[in-house]
Amino acid sequence: MTRPPARYRIITATLLTIAALYFLTPVYWLVISTTKNTADLFGTFGFWFSRHPHPIDHLTAVLTYDHGSYLRWFANSLLYAGIGATTATLLSAAAGYALAKYAFPGRETVFNIVLAGVLIPGTALALPLYFLFSEMGLSNTYWAVLLPSAVSPFGVYLCRIYAAAAVPDSLLEAARIDGAGEARIFAGLGLRLMTPALVTVFLFQFVHIWNNYFLPLVMLSDSGLYPIQLGLTSWTGYADRRPELYQYTVGGAFLSVVPLMILMTVLQKYWRTGLTDGSVKA
Amino acid sequence: MTRDTLDHPGLPPAPAHHTTPTRPHRPTRRPTRHTRAAVALLLPFLTLFALCFLAPLGYAVHESLHRTARTGPLGLGGEHDVFTGLTNYTHALADDRFLTGFGRVLLFGAVQIPLMIALATTLALLLESASARGVPFFRTAFFLPYGVPGVIASILWGFLYVPGISPLVTLAQTLGWNVDFLARGTVLWSIANIVTWQFTGYNMLVLIAQLKAVPSELYEAARIDGANAWHTARHIKLPLIRPALTLTCVFSIIGTLQLFAEPMVLRPLASAIDSGYTPNLHAYSEAFVGNNQHLAAAEAVLLALAACVLSFGFLRLAGGHGTDRR
Repeated sequence: MTRPPARYRIITATLLTIAALYFLTPVYWLVISTTKNTADLFGTFGFWFSRHPHPIDHLTAVLTYDHGSYLRWFANSLLYAGIGATTATLLSAAAGYALAKYAFPGRETVFNIVLAGVLIPGTALALPLYFLFSEMGLSNTYWAVLLPSAVSPFGVYLCRIYAAAAVPDSLLEAARIDGAGEARIFAGLGLRLMTPALVTVFLFQFVHIWNNYFLPLVMLSDSGLYPIQLGLTSWTGYADRRPELYQYTVGGAFLSVVPLMILMTVLQKYWRTGLTDGSVKA
Repeated sequence: MTRDTLDHPGLPPAPAHHTTPTRPHRPTRRPTRHTRAAVALLLPFLTLFALCFLAPLGYAVHESLHRTARTGPLGLGGEHDVFTGLTNYTHALADDRFLTGFGRVLLFGAVQIPLMIALATTLALLLESASARGVPFFRTAFFLPYGVPGVIASILWGFLYVPGISPLVTLAQTLGWNVDFLARGTVLWSIANIVTWQFTGYNMLVLIAQLKAVPSELYEAARIDGANAWHTARHIKLPLIRPALTLTCVFSIIGTLQLFAEPMVLRPLASAIDSGYTPNLHAYSEAFVGNNQHLAAAEAVLLALAACVLSFGFLRLAGGHGTDRR
């Protein structure tokens, strides 16, 4: 590989830096504001520390406020997002692989129905889903959030595109000639070749569940089942009467963004895996 | 591009029975066994999909075609649903505020979506170009806002919009520039900024995923042919990521129609935002404040219909689903 001319590298670096400033400024504000109490939040310049930064004290206060309900919400969010995204990824992988690699009658119909599922606004479904789950006795339980979270039509779409490009038919044929069953071919070959796409699906679904507000808002009335989102908005609702809740909301927001930052940084190496690193080229 | 024939020219041609005329040479040696495997792999997903997507949709349609009727003296004898045909729909469509909200999100989408997709495409191409340094850092930085929940993002930007608290307004004022992010004419675009901030990185990652699916031999060939970075991007990469571009546009259309959390959070700060500012806010108020779930269901169905019409219309415009390049 020859290095691109310096001119290109300078333009690229400049543009990327400007974009990074735009995307990171509010995050920077959040980090700074986590160190402030409510008075400083309103009384000092937002892009710099106040004279008495107390990040640890403030975050401890967030965690212990109201008998540690924040920790409870945090655990709930982890449960919803972790289990929901894992299940959704596996189901999407199986469905996307089936749609990409098998010619069967009705394939395009099934795919179009799933695609229509991608196109339906989630908020249009949340309310009727609540009535349905109420009748089944599922509302206001963990299942009410977990079950819908385990379905990702977008994941199926992505897995189908990916499987079509990255799982060569010749490899599947070779495995069949060797006498492997379809289940073993999927679990052994398909899943392995689709790994980069699966990480993508998992990450997107995890973030989607973690950030989802409308579904838990409609489904849950017991604050012990709340994810962070719902818990934090219940705090802001009281902030007019109890001003310290402003600072707790900011601190809680900071703490809820941290696991996502860690997750994305840790999974960085998976993004490097190219889609064409299949074994057939060797 | 027919990768298959390039990759394994040694394979004997597969017998092609009962395939569609547009897709020849697909190996279908054991059709029943394949069908059985496909069903087994699809079934778990389809079961949950039916429960969480199809069933509630049917329920919403049912609700929207009925109204609550009360029986007995003073309506105390109990409630039951009565079929009313399309009355709820005509009510919704006769409501000026609901229609204004619809117009508002359409305008929002017509401006915000092209801007955001252009930004996401530019960033994806820059990060995938040979000139980029520090790619993991920038990719994480751009994607990071997607990890900030919509409610939190709106609270954050809300602080950055309100005069007196916002360091941005303070900075602008010291430069002699008097900005009001929350005025009647600007608040829609302040919301557009929140949405752009949150979702550009997400769209960028979808585009990068497809860019990575392009065989690297293609870039090599282009380079040997003397194409520079700009030509490679314009004539090779852009056409090849067209399916992903279509996908991100469709997602953005659906997301725009559902606009809810951002105006909800900014509402106490901006007097221009009322309970019918977006269709979704209107439906939500109708269900929980107005206590008219049947009308809300009709509005939800209209919203879903609009999403389907707009996104399928867009898919048709963009030329099919773009999933099969083979």
